[in-house]
This record gives sequence, C-alpha cells and structure tokens, in this order.
Amino acid sequence: MNGDKVFFGLSRAAGVFVLLLTLGIGVFLAVTAVPALRENTANFFTTQQWLPDANPPAFGIAALAFGTVMTAIIAMVLAVPVGTGIALFVAIYAKPTLGKVVAFLVDLLAAVPSIIFGLWGLEFLMGNMIGVSAWLDTWFGWIPLFANDQDVYTRSIFIAGVVLAIMIIPTISAVTREVFVQTPQGHVEAALALGATRWEMIRMVVFPYSRPGMISAAMLGLGRALGETIAVALLLSALFEINWHITEPGGNTFAANIALKWNEAGSIGLSALVASGLVLFLITLAVNMAARLIVARKRDFVEGH
Amino acid sequence: MAKRIDISDLDAYYGNFLAVEDVNLAIEPRQVTAFIGPSGCGKSTLLRTLNRMHEVIPGAYVDGKVAFDGEDIYAEDVDPVNVRRLIGMVFQRPNPFPTMSIAGNVVAGLKLDRGRKVKKSEFDDIVERSLRGANLWDEVKDRLDRPGAGLSGGQQQRLCIARAIAVQPQVLLMDEPCSALDPISTLAIEDLVRELREDYTIVIVTHNMQQAARISDTTAFFNLAAVGEPGKLIEAGPTQQMFSNPANKATEDYVTGRFG
Amino acid sequence: MNDLTSGLKRRRATDKVATGVVYLTALIAIIPLVSILIVVFSRGIAAINAEFFTSTMRNISPRREGGGIFHAFIGTLEQVGVATLIAVPVGIMVAIFLVEYGSRGKLAAAVSFFVDVMTGVPSIVAGLFIYTCFILTFGFDRSGFAAALSLTILMLPVVVRTAEEMLKLVPMDLREASYALGVPKWVTIIKIVIPTALSGIITGVMLAVARVAGETAPLLLTTFMTQSLNLDVFSGPQAAIPTFVWDQIANGTNPSMDRAWAGALVLIVLVAVIYIVAKVLAARFAPKSK
Repeated sequence: MNGDKVFFGLSRAAGVFVLLLTLGIGVFLAVTAVPALRENTANFFTTQQWLPDANPPAFGIAALAFGTVMTAIIAMVLAVPVGTGIALFVAIYAKPTLGKVVAFLVDLLAAVPSIIFGLWGLEFLMGNMIGVSAWLDTWFGWIPLFANDQDVYTRSIFIAGVVLAIMIIPTISAVTREVFVQTPQGHVEAALALGATRWEMIRMVVFPYSRPGMISAAMLGLGRALGETIAVALLLSALFEINWHITEPGGNTFAANIALKWNEAGSIGLSALVASGLVLFLITLAVNMAARLIVARKRDFVEGH
Repeated sequence: MAKRIDISDLDAYYGNFLAVEDVNLAIEPRQVTAFIGPSGCGKSTLLRTLNRMHEVIPGAYVDGKVAFDGEDIYAEDVDPVNVRRLIGMVFQRPNPFPTMSIAGNVVAGLKLDRGRKVKKSEFDDIVERSLRGANLWDEVKDRLDRPGAGLSGGQQQRLCIARAIAVQPQVLLMDEPCSALDPISTLAIEDLVRELREDYTIVIVTHNMQQAARISDTTAFFNLAAVGEPGKLIEAGPTQQMFSNPANKATEDYVTGRFG
Repeated sequence: MNDLTSGLKRRRATDKVATGVVYLTALIAIIPLVSILIVVFSRGIAAINAEFFTSTMRNISPRREGGGIFHAFIGTLEQVGVATLIAVPVGIMVAIFLVEYGSRGKLAAAVSFFVDVMTGVPSIVAGLFIYTCFILTFGFDRSGFAAALSLTILMLPVVVRTAEEMLKLVPMDLREASYALGVPKWVTIIKIVIPTALSGIITGVMLAVARVAGETAPLLLTTFMTQSLNLDVFSGPQAAIPTFVWDQIANGTNPSMDRAWAGALVLIVLVAVIYIVAKVLAARFAPKSK
C-alpha cells in the first residue's frame, strides 16, 4: 500500500514536471529578455536593425519576423500540396507494399538532421536552383515578389523556403496519412457505389472527413518551419532589412539569427536574442496549440457521432 | 426502366482465394431476388460482383460474365463508374456521408456528372422525389439541411436508399440492409422494398429467412462444403417453392433451420 | 442511358490528372532523399579514412588536411547518453501517470496536452531555455551536460508519447490477473506492464535518440566548441558531431569542407542505422492487430 503511494506520487510528480517545464520555458525566457528590452532605444517590433551591444542598444525583430514568416509561407505553399499528395499515394493509390516503402522513405527524410539539409542546400541545391529563380524573374518578374534587380539568385528567402518545404513534407504527409486511412471504409464504398471516380470519392468523402486532421498537419508543419534553425542559418545571408524580392540574397529568421549571433553577443546582446527567441516560442506555441485543439475537437466529433 | 442481369460461369477471388465458384443465375427485372445461405457462403461477395464493387478490395477480381441487359459489365471497354451509376447499392451498415446534410446526401451521386448543369429547383424536386420514394420525406422534410448522421439507424438506411435511387439506377443491390436495424425499422425497409420492386430490379442479401420469404419473388440458396472451400449456388427458384418444396436436401435443411 | 462505355470523358480526364499528380508528388518526395544520400556519400567519402575516426582536430589548422571526428563522436555519445538516461525514466513515469493513474483526470489531460505542445518546441528554444535556466539562473558553466539537458527537453515528449502508446496496448486482463493474485498496483506496473511494453518503448527511445543525435542548434547555445577530446561531460568545452560539421563549414576552406561532408556522412549513417533498426524492431514487435 505504501509502495503504491510512493509510486503514484513519483509518476504524478513527473507529470507535473512536464507542465512546469513548458511553463518554465516561457518564464525563464521572459525574465532573461527584460534587461535588453529595458535598454532598447528602438521599437522592438518595427525596427529593421540588430545592434543590441551598441551604445545605446537599438534592435528590433521586424526583419526577423518578415523572414521567418516569408520562408514559412513559401515552405507551406510547396509542402502542403506535395505532402497531401504523398499521403494520398500511400493511403489510397499505391498497392500496400509500395505504399509502405514510400512511407518509410519519407519518414527517413524526416530523420535527416537539419545540418545536413543545410549543407546539402548550400552546396548542392542552391546552385541547381539558380535556373528556377532566374526563370521566375524572367517570366514572373512583373510580380514584385519574383523580381530580381541584383541578378544574384543565391542565399535567398526563396531557397530557404524550398529547403524548409522539403524538411516539413514528412511531417505533413505523416499526419495527413494517419487521418486519410481512418476514413471509414463504408463511406468510401458508398461513394464508389454511387458511381464516383477515385478522385471524386476522395473529394466527396476523404477530404471532408479528414479536413481537421489536414489543417492540423499543415500547422504542425508550419510550427516546424517557423522554428527551424541550422538549415536556414546556413542558407540565408542574414541581412536586417525587409526585402520583398524573395529570390534576391537576404532575409533572416528568429532562429537563424540566434544561432549566428550567439557567440559574438555581449550580455545585452544575449538578452536581446533571448527576447527574439521568446517571440518565436510564443508563435510556435500558438500554432501548435491551435493544431492540437483542432485534432482534439475532431476526436470529439467522431466519438460523439 | 428496370433491367435484367444474367450471371454466367462466374468465379470471384480474393487474391488466390476462390470465394465463389461457378455461379449461373438469371435475375429477372421488376422482381426481388433474395440471396440466402450460411455466413461465408459468398452471397455478399456475389452481390458485390454485380456492380463491380468486388474489385474495390485490393487483390479481388472475378472470372466469368455478368450481362446487364445483354451487355457484359466486365467487358474491356466498360467503365466501372458507369456500371455503378446504373446499378445502385445499399450497404449493411447505414453510411450517409457525415459531412453532408440530408439533402446533400440525396443529391451526392447526381452532383457527380450533372452538378454544374442542374438548377437549384430541379435539385429540390429530386430530393423530394427520392425521399418520398424511400418513405422518408414526411420524417425529414423540415430538416433537410441538418446532418444525415443525426437520424436514427432506420432513417439513415432509408436515406441511403434515397441516395441510391436519386440517380435513377436500373437495379438496386442491397447487402443485408436490415441486419444493423431494430425490428420496426426492418419492417419499414421491407415495406419499402416491396414498393420499389414496381420500378427496380432488386437483389437483396439476407441472413434472415423469414425476410426472404416475406419480400422476395425468387430465392437463391448458397452454401459451402467447408470453411475455406468456395461458396456455390445450390439452387434458385420461386421463393414459395424454395421454402415449401426445395429440390436439394441442403436447401431444405437450411430453410427449416437445421443449420446456418 | 444504359450505355456502359461512354459519357464520362471529362470526369475520367480529371481522375487521370489527379492520379498523375498524386504519383508525381510521391516521386518528388523521394528525389530530395535520394539526392541528399548521393551527395553526402559522394562528397563525404573523400575525407573518410582510419585517421578520421581515431583522431581529433587538435593542432590541425583549418587549411590542413587530416584530423578527425573522434572527439566529436565521444561528445555526441556522452551528451545523447546523458539525455537518454534522464529522459527515459522521466518520460516513462509521465506515461505511467497518464495511462495507469491519470485516466480522465484534469491534470492528466493538461499533461497530455502539454506533452503534445512540447513536441513542437523548436530545438533552438530548448537551447535558450537551458541557457537561461541552468546557466544564467543556476550559475553553471556551459558544458556537455548543459547540452544534454537541452536534448532531454527534445527527447522527453517523444519518449512519453511512445511509452504511452505502448502501455495502452498492454491488455487490461494482464493487469487484472495480477491484481487478482494480490499483487499491488505499482509492483504490477513494474513487473508486468513495463516488461510487456518494453520492446515498443525501446524502439520509441531509439527513434528519439536518432532525432536528437543530429541536433545542432541547442548545442551551439549550451556548449563551447573545442578541437580536442574532452571526456568530462560535466565541465569544459565539448564537441559533438553536428557542431563539428557546423564548425568545419564555418572554416570554409577546402580541407574543412571535406571534413564537414565526411562528418555529415558519419552523422547520417549513424542516424539512419539507429532509425532503421528501430523501425525494423518496431515492425517485428508490433502487436498483431486483427
């Protein structure tokens, strides 16, 4: 009986520890960020420079936020359709054996460390993507986003977005696949028996049934793209200005900036980096919580039905 | 508009496993044909070969011929989508689409090939006609835009029937449509089947012999020699004769409840 | 109306296009993986030799060839080892709380939710947290141990989730049979439930190890890089394979880039081997579902 109490206490303490840990991340980051935020003479949210160790300190996250959001958007635009397509292939189109092989390979892609994505992106993909960027400039240059006035196509937000897309495809396709296979066979057969083609069946039954899961898969991918550090740090040229020309060199993200500036930062500099990390933490926290809540609601919907 | 189906020399497989062997059977138009037999005898499998739903299961295929009004539905140039459009199906468990309203469920099949051309008013007509056809109109006419999943089991099954007849098929296949329902809902479905027989060729799989006796014109009895052996058609004939004076001993044993 | 062969042209065309696109996406997904493997192997193999595995970078200038990864390999081994030693027991205890004790309680729901949320914490934030808490607030120095703590944060949710899944798979009958013999609950958990779920938990832990072994960002914030061997995980600068690669890329010279690729090759093989073994074990031990 006594042993039971001790053991229960231990396991409960471990559970509480996890709660405190998540809470602690926010608290410790916030406390550490205070000195820099107090000393800062520029607007933290709108300033496009990073001089926290200057006298007086002046830094802001505008360019970081822009780069983080922009690379994540590019990653999402590319990865959501591809990830969904892979999930359809594995769950519905492919024969079970082939589907398993593809699923395994895509999962393996998820296991590749981000430094390797960065190295590969820097040394291999970037050179091979110049043509694509130049092509976008030539044919779609009239859209400001794709215009390139420098005729240099490397170290751009676009390249970083493409590498991020490759990195989050496994996340998106794995979660989406899970929800696709849960589509009740009865509804699939009902659609086919009504004379739906396979694609019509997917639109009629699989997508509506899986929508919450698909949204949350996209958000989990988004969370990963927003927080990715090393690959982006290796690829971007770390400039502190907002440049809408996404194929030109430039751009910076919260996470990459922390990794690049960390070892050269003074005490206010570290505090400022922690402040930017806190913003990143809060953004990813919000994105992840939203994703989880959507799934939780879906669970209620299915069980209630 | 009902059409006849002629099955000849039909074998149905799941991978290497032969589930149904050498079936020859004529299904007459505007009649209710019941498939009966012990579980595992292949009656549901055979039913699913009649609108090419059998092949939806990975590895499943058939060998033989199923002629729909003289045309082989397994011919090279036949699209299974067309077959299923003409030969509708109702399943064992009611399966209205959970993300669609009652009206949306009814017109789901129609929207596939005519979605862009049909006017709202025409859809409304079809919804009413199909739901009346399925004896469900009076119960749901005030909540057509509510989810179909909110209905009772028996209502859901009648909604599935309405969905199947909305595309005006020639044949209606029913795979144990009452096995998941309570007795009162079962009676409602049975009444409906009797009415539908005026317009459609109906094939119904049932494990309930009384049901077969009550609603069918023709009965086909299937059996299997042992578990793992293929199911075979033992005999088929007018329902009355099958239940009172069957030719085969196994049929007699089954309909009198000695096994199964 | 009864023509079985016509009338579907547009719908069939749409269906075919959709099928083509789906197959194309599967192909697109495989290309980067294959490309990464080919590029890492072909470029990494150049600097791979016995010296690379047995020596450190001590007294090797970035412009010179030679040197090796031994110090980084030891660092990764120790840091990941320490992280595993902390994350596994804590993670299993959390899972036990969720499955065996917390059923449907509010605390369990909150814990479960935050475990999910922790899965999404960026690795750099884990590094920041250990820096602000362990180093700034508690006053410890940067060390391999601090790095291990940040890896622990990343491992913990993965361990909890897999352990939870595995514990849930243990049949209730087994527990009840044990209770019926008068065995207390905690003994039942330790002697019956955990051993039954163990193989699944081990594969989950291996997947978590594969994930954190390649982490770079948190190590950059919590350790100092070194070119020499440091066996003491608790003090002094300590290298790790990912930071070794990062450091060599930063040098940028040709010999350094060769070493970076070689390090990447070692890392990818290490991670892939752990990952594949875990997946094979998982497939073997997976409960046969009906």
